[in-house]
Amino acid sequence: MYTKELTIEAGRSEKQYWKDLWSYRELFYFLAWRDILVRYKQTAIGIVWALIRPFLTMVVFTIVFSNLAKLPSGGAPYPILVFAAMLPWQFFSSALSECSNSLIANSNMISKVYFPRLIVPTSAVIVSFVDFLISGIILIALMVWYQFIPDWRILTLPVFILIAFVAATGGGLWLAALTVEYRDFRYVVPFIVQFGLYISPVGFSSSIVPEQWRLLYSLNPMVSVIDGFRWAILGGNSTLFWPGFILSLGLVLLLFVSGIWYFRKTERTFADVI
Amino acid sequence: MADTVVQVENLTKKYVLNHQQEGGYKTLRDVIADRTKFLSKRLFKPDTLAISNSAYEEFWALKDVSFDIGQGEVVGIIGRNGAGKSTLLKILSRITEPTSGCIRIRGRVASLLEVGTGFHPELTGRENIYLNGAVLGMSKVEIKRKFDEIVIFAEIEKFLDTPVKRYSSGMYVRLAFAVAAHLEPEILIVDEVLAVGDMAFQKKCLGKMESVSTKEGRTVFFVSHSMQAIAQLTNRCILLSKGNVQFDGSTDQAVRLYIAGQNTSGEQPAYYEAPSGKTGNHIAWARVHSSEEEGIHSWGEPVTFEFALHVTNPHETLWFSFQVKNDLQQPICNFWFYDTQTPYRREPGTFILRCKIAKFRLYMGSYTLTTWFSERRSNTILENLTDICPFEVTMHGIEREESWESDECTYLEDAAWEAMPAIPSPIQI
Repeated sequence: MYTKELTIEAGRSEKQYWKDLWSYRELFYFLAWRDILVRYKQTAIGIVWALIRPFLTMVVFTIVFSNLAKLPSGGAPYPILVFAAMLPWQFFSSALSECSNSLIANSNMISKVYFPRLIVPTSAVIVSFVDFLISGIILIALMVWYQFIPDWRILTLPVFILIAFVAATGGGLWLAALTVEYRDFRYVVPFIVQFGLYISPVGFSSSIVPEQWRLLYSLNPMVSVIDGFRWAILGGNSTLFWPGFILSLGLVLLLFVSGIWYFRKTERTFADVI
Repeated sequence: MADTVVQVENLTKKYVLNHQQEGGYKTLRDVIADRTKFLSKRLFKPDTLAISNSAYEEFWALKDVSFDIGQGEVVGIIGRNGAGKSTLLKILSRITEPTSGCIRIRGRVASLLEVGTGFHPELTGRENIYLNGAVLGMSKVEIKRKFDEIVIFAEIEKFLDTPVKRYSSGMYVRLAFAVAAHLEPEILIVDEVLAVGDMAFQKKCLGKMESVSTKEGRTVFFVSHSMQAIAQLTNRCILLSKGNVQFDGSTDQAVRLYIAGQNTSGEQPAYYEAPSGKTGNHIAWARVHSSEEEGIHSWGEPVTFEFALHVTNPHETLWFSFQVKNDLQQPICNFWFYDTQTPYRREPGTFILRCKIAKFRLYMGSYTLTTWFSERRSNTILENLTDICPFEVTMHGIEREESWESDECTYLEDAAWEAMPAIPSPIQI
């Protein structure tokens, strides 16, 4: 009748962990479902908030960068240019902040029940992803409004969404694990998010960055994601800076792998430290 | 003995206590400061390294704990606060890792260290059943299958779609326990969760747990401070003390050891002595002769209460009585002595009063005495002692069939029963 034998030792085996992660897979869904349900409870307009916020930011950015600063858009309507970057950025930033707080917010669960802790930050990313999909509706509406027809490149969009997902999870895991031990990161994360908005090419096209700085600029992993989004959505004459893109992609992967490594390393002490 | 399902070997858990910090959390600043200090020390004074960590102290929450548990066993884990019970449960349920040692577990483990873990106040009862079930390790299909059963057990049908933040605390606990009770693990780990909820529900929970172990053959670990619940549910107990296994064996003996270990506050159990220099009519000393040592009394055994009355002013209406009170300060029984012929009504001196009870059948728990020494004619209380002679009653000798619940009554009396056919009354013919 025994299906499995489990050994608990100091420094438990890696294999067991990934097996557990699989057997607890439904929890990803349940935690994300809970957060989505809770988010808009007792609000009058509910999920509409997921549309209003990015829409208003897009309006402001369009006015500031296009009408006041007169930055070039490279042919595409400026609102679409902004929004194509706004989507991944909003996803990344909200995933990062939700993720870093997720373990603390679920501390009572962590100190009382066992499950692979990776589920908690990951489902925080999933929640942000749902918001991302909802605000994608605005992009479609904008395209209809400006009668903008994307070309074949739009089909590559899922690849860039995946990169955004990996980047957000990687950064989120680092911050989540660090926040458990050092509460300082509660103050660091909002700063990163705010700062990142201006150093990432959200309000403007990265083509305005001088050529000699492009590679350096690509050290920001969000640059490749945002450029990729623009490349896929705007089509036509928007170009991708390949050396920068590959560098950025490499950094995203490094962030992801090291994020999992650090998270796994500190995970065993979460219940004692939190 | 059935197959071993849990095997614990030399389990040890060490915590490092940090005396230096005021707050509980490590901050980045501290770490950076410590590292720099450490580095500069290593650079300039390499020989002082060894003593630099005096602010840290090791604390062994568990030390070399070993035991085996067979399938279908219900094991109680008892011990005083800080004995390592919670740490043991946390390691067993994989919330935290041991420092060394190992545990082999065969079967699915579910732990219930707190009721309602993962409940979200904003969500409705229905939503929380799914969420909590998932957190505890149930699959969606499993929860769906048991959903109705859970709702009926929790008695919350009407409020299923109300956010749990509007629930009464009783409803909340009922729902939480109901979800947990319907887990179907091979090994169930339960911490002090029965201390919540009303009597009727507690009984229901105990019943559920009993059926889980006896009918379904599951292994249960049960931690409680309630010796009553421990005695009712378990046959075997592990008594932890300061991180070590002090005793592992029958529940009766473990409970007795546990209670005996509690009375170490310096005060002698079941005894009272008047402070020196007391004058007037008073009780010089009092003693409860319980059936066991250390003020522990086995249910149903004879007991003797002994009082030494010191009388300086004899009076013909001196009256002595005492009450037995439980730990909630409720009087359970009252005994009095009013004999017109007693010598202390006429002459001064010290007199011993003995009150013997052939079958002292109090419900298990801790009890104290309250004495009343008074003079009836003028209605003056000469001395009123409260909370003296603390003693414990255990029920390990009691047969299961005749056991009774604390909410039924707290004292049993012998009664002679007769049963006979009724004589038909003449009017009916």
